[in-house]
Amino acid sequence: MLTIQTPEAVMFWVLAPLSVIAAISMLLVKKAVHSALLLAWIMITLAIFYIAQGAVFLGIVQIVVYTGAVMMLFLFILMLVGVDASDSLTETIKGLRPIAITAALGFGGLLVSLIARASLGRPAVGLDEANSDGNVEGIAALLFSDYVFPFEVISVLLITAALGAMVLAHHQRTVHRPSQREQAIARFRTGSLGRAAGLPNPGVYARHNAVDVPALLPDGTPAPNSISATLKARGDMLESSQFELGEVDKTVREEK
Amino acid sequence: MNPYNYLYVAGLLFTIGAVGVIVRRNAIVVFMCIELMLNAANLTLVTFSRINGTLDGQVTAFFTMVVAACEVVVGLAIIIAIYRSRRTASVDDASLLSR
Repeated sequence: MLTIQTPEAVMFWVLAPLSVIAAISMLLVKKAVHSALLLAWIMITLAIFYIAQGAVFLGIVQIVVYTGAVMMLFLFILMLVGVDASDSLTETIKGLRPIAITAALGFGGLLVSLIARASLGRPAVGLDEANSDGNVEGIAALLFSDYVFPFEVISVLLITAALGAMVLAHHQRTVHRPSQREQAIARFRTGSLGRAAGLPNPGVYARHNAVDVPALLPDGTPAPNSISATLKARGDMLESSQFELGEVDKTVREEK
Repeated sequence: MNPYNYLYVAGLLFTIGAVGVIVRRNAIVVFMCIELMLNAANLTLVTFSRINGTLDGQVTAFFTMVVAACEVVVGLAIIIAIYRSRRTASVDDASLLSR
């Protein structure tokens, strides 16, 4: 017969509402990074639940695998895709949100009422006997006797997943990469000889050597792509024309 | 308190995760909601393992974790592949087949 001590009950009534609140706010926050942090908190809560319920091994694995590896992978991908890739939170399919919330209320109510009405017909046992040799030893004994075939299959699945990720992440060029010679020819065929020498750094010839002023090409036209894309996206790019001198002798004198 | 209370939490978390999959549009957030649903299922397994007094539920939860890890690896690779070709991580923009 299983009796639950008061500390565990206190822990449950503190952490369970917190995890549910975190899950709800995970849906409501705008930025994906905040969702990831809230999910990490939920996973830590679940790890505490596991340890409190006698699943010590699973609790540690939960922290190492989920909050350690999986959530870091999520954050890594978020950084790769762009941290500011936030949802607009507007619904694109009309009426989706009310329908989803109604269905969720129905489904959640159904689950809760089912659990409330269901009964196993026998008292809860508790894991004291099963864990008598230690939780890790108990799981290992099961894993390498009854569950040895699923264990092997799951290792095949892991290898397949690693291969699949490699195949999906592999980037195949659809057009052939231009050689240095072809690039040089293409530069000379743009019509303007200004780009023939390659692109200058920002501020070159612009009478202003700040990084936010486009360089001037040898023929006098500004080169906006000499500015960093980040500055351009922020709108911090200045016009190079405002630094032009009023009267410059633009007639070319040939020097012998 | 009885151990069935953990089942209520698991049910609520699963429901919230399902709503997230339907409502959110950022593919990565949708993915995190799927992880939340898997975790809720794991909590159910661990709780029933305790109620029944056997460790089989914990072994199954362990397998679920491995499957979830595989799923994350492949899913995030798909998201990266879509992002590379479309410059977006929104599930609504990857709708070429419906046009």
